[in-house]
Amino acid sequence: MMKGLHVHGVSHAFDGHPVLDNASLTIPAGELVCLLGPSGSGKSTLLRIAAGLERLQRGRITIDEQVVAEPGTHVPPEDRGIGLMFQDYALFPHLTIVDNVTFGLSRQPRHRARKRAMEMLEQVGMEGHAGKHPHMLSGGQQQRVALARALAPEPRLVLLDEPFSGLDTSMRAKIREDTLSVLKQSGIATLMVTHDPEEAMFMADRIKVLSHDGRILQAGRPADIYYQPVDEYVAMLFGHMNLIHGVVSEGAVDSPMGRIAVDGIDEGRAVKVLIRPEGFVLTNGVDGGVGTPVEVISTHLLGHSSIVRLRVREGKNMGAEFQVRVPGSFDAAEKGRLSARIDAHHAFVYPEG
Amino acid sequence: MMKSWYWRVAAAFLGVATLYLVAAAPASAGEVNLYSSRQPFLIEPLLDSFTKETGIKVNMVYLKKGMQERLKAEGLNSPADAILTADIGRLHNHAKAGLLQPVTSSVLDTNIPVQYRHPDGLWYGLTVRARVIFVHKERVKPGEVTSYEDLADAKMKGRVCTRSGKHVYNVSLLASIIEAKGKEAAADWARGLKANLARRPQGNDRAQVKAVFEGECDAALGNTYYMGKMAANEKEPVQKKWAAAVRIIFPNQDGRGTHVNISGAGVTKSAKNKENAIRLIEFLSGDFAQKIYAERNFEYPVKAGVPLHPMVASWGEFKADKAFLAKVAEQRITATRIMDQVAFNN
Amino acid sequence: MTSMVARTAGAAWRRTDWRSWANGWTLGTMAIALAVMVPVIAVITLAFNPSDDIWRHLASTVLPMYIGTTLQLMVGVGIGTFMIGVGSAWLVTMCRFPGRRVFEWALLLPMAVPAYVIAYVYTDILEYAGPLQKGLREIFGWTGKSQYWFPEIRSLGGAVSMMTLVLYPYVYMLSRAAFLEQSVCVLEASRVLGRGPWRSFFSVALPLARPAIVIGVSLVLMETLNDFGTVDFFAVNTFTLGIFDVWLNMNNVAGAAQLASLLLLFVVALIFLERFSRRKQRFHHTTTKYKALPGYRLAGTIGALSFAACFIPVLLGFLLPSGVLAAYAVTYFEDAANPAVLAHAANSVMLSSLAAVLAVAVAIFMAYGVRIKGGKVLKAVARLASMGYAVPGSVLAVGVIVSLASLDNAVDGFFRETFGISTGLLFSGTIAAVTFGYLVRFLALSYGTVEASLSKVTPNMEGAARCLGHGPFSTMRRVHVPLIKSSVLTAAILVFVDCMKELPMTVILRPFNFQTLATFVHQYASDEQLGEASLAALAIVGTGILPVLFLSMAITRSRPGHGRQGEVS
Repeated sequence: MMKGLHVHGVSHAFDGHPVLDNASLTIPAGELVCLLGPSGSGKSTLLRIAAGLERLQRGRITIDEQVVAEPGTHVPPEDRGIGLMFQDYALFPHLTIVDNVTFGLSRQPRHRARKRAMEMLEQVGMEGHAGKHPHMLSGGQQQRVALARALAPEPRLVLLDEPFSGLDTSMRAKIREDTLSVLKQSGIATLMVTHDPEEAMFMADRIKVLSHDGRILQAGRPADIYYQPVDEYVAMLFGHMNLIHGVVSEGAVDSPMGRIAVDGIDEGRAVKVLIRPEGFVLTNGVDGGVGTPVEVISTHLLGHSSIVRLRVREGKNMGAEFQVRVPGSFDAAEKGRLSARIDAHHAFVYPEG
Repeated sequence: MMKSWYWRVAAAFLGVATLYLVAAAPASAGEVNLYSSRQPFLIEPLLDSFTKETGIKVNMVYLKKGMQERLKAEGLNSPADAILTADIGRLHNHAKAGLLQPVTSSVLDTNIPVQYRHPDGLWYGLTVRARVIFVHKERVKPGEVTSYEDLADAKMKGRVCTRSGKHVYNVSLLASIIEAKGKEAAADWARGLKANLARRPQGNDRAQVKAVFEGECDAALGNTYYMGKMAANEKEPVQKKWAAAVRIIFPNQDGRGTHVNISGAGVTKSAKNKENAIRLIEFLSGDFAQKIYAERNFEYPVKAGVPLHPMVASWGEFKADKAFLAKVAEQRITATRIMDQVAFNN
Repeated sequence: MTSMVARTAGAAWRRTDWRSWANGWTLGTMAIALAVMVPVIAVITLAFNPSDDIWRHLASTVLPMYIGTTLQLMVGVGIGTFMIGVGSAWLVTMCRFPGRRVFEWALLLPMAVPAYVIAYVYTDILEYAGPLQKGLREIFGWTGKSQYWFPEIRSLGGAVSMMTLVLYPYVYMLSRAAFLEQSVCVLEASRVLGRGPWRSFFSVALPLARPAIVIGVSLVLMETLNDFGTVDFFAVNTFTLGIFDVWLNMNNVAGAAQLASLLLLFVVALIFLERFSRRKQRFHHTTTKYKALPGYRLAGTIGALSFAACFIPVLLGFLLPSGVLAAYAVTYFEDAANPAVLAHAANSVMLSSLAAVLAVAVAIFMAYGVRIKGGKVLKAVARLASMGYAVPGSVLAVGVIVSLASLDNAVDGFFRETFGISTGLLFSGTIAAVTFGYLVRFLALSYGTVEASLSKVTPNMEGAARCLGHGPFSTMRRVHVPLIKSSVLTAAILVFVDCMKELPMTVILRPFNFQTLATFVHQYASDEQLGEASLAALAIVGTGILPVLFLSMAITRSRPGHGRQGEVS
């Protein structure tokens, strides 16, 4: 066995209402695993159980091969060697920044604890604020202090609870990057929970997608989640999808823009086809009969990409509309007549019902 | 270091607190325990003399409201041996609630006239005070006010002061009128008095004399001893002037007589020091104590032959209402209701 | 914004690993709360004893007046304390004018003056026979009452004024704390939106401070409702006076208990309103950014007016009455300088500190009990435990006597039956009984304060401390204690000062030969001879001042950013 966190078959219920159902995961040292799910999906509960803030009901949790929780065993949070960063940071308002970071170092001599705290503050770029109180800092600064505080005692496991949700978008990207680099430097196993798929994609080595009733729907690398979502729910995590209803015939399903190959679904079954907005290829002119002629209804420039609404111009699917994402800006008038076809990597077929 | 300082203070506090709680254990033999509704400064000199004479220590709690409830709740375990009250009503209520026990004492029977003690010896009167009328020496002509009824007469409109109609002294007076003349007549009297008031009922009896002195009103109801205390007040000489401005009228001398009330004592059913309690009451009814009551508090002693304070004597003799006090006390509740009906205090 | 998010995680924290010993704690909380409720329940039980029906008589005679007068008194004192309390708090917190620094603490001083003392002092000065009217009569040559008009001190208006003067500090204290906590950013936002400082006050600061103000005013109203001394002295016929009339003159305890229960019902409605408004308070922390307070500079006429607005309450509520007491003390020095006063003072201080420590300890225990294991029942019980504040002191004292004596007699009966030994009365008529009475009466003060401060320690802070290697006790010592320390101190001081002034319960519950300053003052004041007790009265005020000053410092320091630096040991 290796170092890191192992969660085996954890189930949990509050007042008879289940929030986790047989959840398992493994995080080796140095890896960052992200629990991605809607609020109420039990992801925070799993994190709190791992931290020891919530008593385990069923299953087993080990950290660095030491069993910290199973029925009958409960290592209290203070003895688990974990660093937990809360959504609201939970800095102690009565302590200065440096004292907040020193708080977890009480087993070390004072001067050494202080030195370590200052190092950590330096690492997150907050050394200039050591003497201030938390209320004097901005949200982003508080987040950095909270991270430094969680990492200072050199925990065996870091737990992050929605670490960026309190920040405004302009700062988020930068802080996310900084946080990731600090975590990677530390080489500690990290479990992060979030409801933001983009954040999960950015941060995680591996993602576990939770359903709203606490089951793990899919686990894998970010690319797996994005390109091979196991079901409609996982596929929909990343935003708007174009939806087509159809029936499987001869190993494929008909769409307004050609047939899409289907794998492993019985002939004659009703299916849903989900196509990401970025899953279209647009070409000028008639494109040799491969694409379907379409007309542009509207375009919206978002910056590095544009959202284009298209309508099928002719054929039996005339009038069907799609939402398409294209890189850069998009000038409909300049393009003239357009054809569109579907990129199979971005189209997912699931049985109806 | 801070920590040890905190703890030391806390430990010291706890220690003292414990001692404090334990030290307050109730008293026992060689003693007598008293619940008193008479102010300590009035009776302490008497109690000190009692202790000096008998060696029996007197412990006291001074309380007015709740004395009866406390005795009742404590039941037979109550540490109280005797009660001391400034008013017949309280004695009567305690007796009725079964909180007092009968006492037979030839000393008490000799010292206290029969109308001032309970037939079974549940309580004994110790001093008598008369509810009189204080009138301004000039503004009220001789013969203008001679009875309680005169205060309710239209001629006194806007000229009368009194304390709250709900104070025991006034309730007791009204009860005596009910006893003498019936409910209807009493209500008429209260209504008439209310109509004549110069100001809303307020203050104590002393404050009424002050108001007469200052010209706020011409006549006031009050207990006799207040007059003595003001006239002889060396600490606050201004009160002598108030007293000098009024003369005392003993009302209803041609009729049923002036309403009197008693202060008194009774032995509780739970008394552990019954003998001591009886000795105390006997002492209080004896010549020495009765003289102090007369001289210091300007009250009328119950014991025959004890000289009055010269000033009290100078007010002259008066005829007291002979109605049996316990029966008057029975009319208290009705009297209180009448005070409500005529909205006396509004 | 941040604290709103924090609440989601909070719900889960309550069901955590404390569970193993939470049950014991829950039971303890329940037991203490019930014990404190027993005297109130005893009063309610008394109401069901058979008795003469008083209601028809009262309803047809004085009850409407009692209710009318009481409501007028409440409205009057409510408005009075609101205006003085909130107004002065705003001035000293947000503005700069001459004397502001002194007023910060001086405005709290009237708190130390018992209402019955101030009522006595003002009657002496302002009544017809008092020096003021006498002087006016001499100057203008008036000879009688009919020739001029002068406000009657012994009146509803007089009672409203007296109570307002000594009770406004509750409103001042709580609204000042609320103003200090407010983020200036919100006020700045309001000003940027085109509202002047005064309109910002009414449209932003006041609504934000509303929960604190409501708490302050409802404390004041409860004190007003159960006051007997002042209304009796002023002959103002309130509902409480009616309770005593039925009790003592009609010799009908059950009837009095019925009236008291009705009063209690009314107060429960008040408490409910107060709690309801406090529930919303948690959402009121709008931002975590604080800046120095604006300090609107007030000079010239406005500065002078502000000075007057703060000076007059202090003058009338504290300086004048203490001055008069001091003058009495000099005049009657030989009578007043009773060496026993020292012993009484020692009793007062000891008893009040004992009660303060106990009330705070119980409040902390209960607040944690409720925090660890929420639950509607436990919360409700804890709230009901603070109802003693709403019952007139003497009536509550009867409740305490009845409950303690029943316990004593039951224990005694058991020992007699089983061992043939009589234990007698263990608690009745002891200092423990008085202390318990104070606890029953003033738990509302300490519990409210502690509970409110505990809600500032978010569950995530506990979690963070635990994960950083601190066990439950280390967490309590290093996170909870520092964060709730000043509120706990505030609670202790409030209880202490109130116990120093407490009269009716002390009188009824005390052991033999036991005097506090308050009972000593009362025996003279009730005979309208305050002169002889002036030193003792002054001692009550004096002993109250010190902790009140301390309290003021604690409030100033409570503002985020005023915390002491680097407090880690």
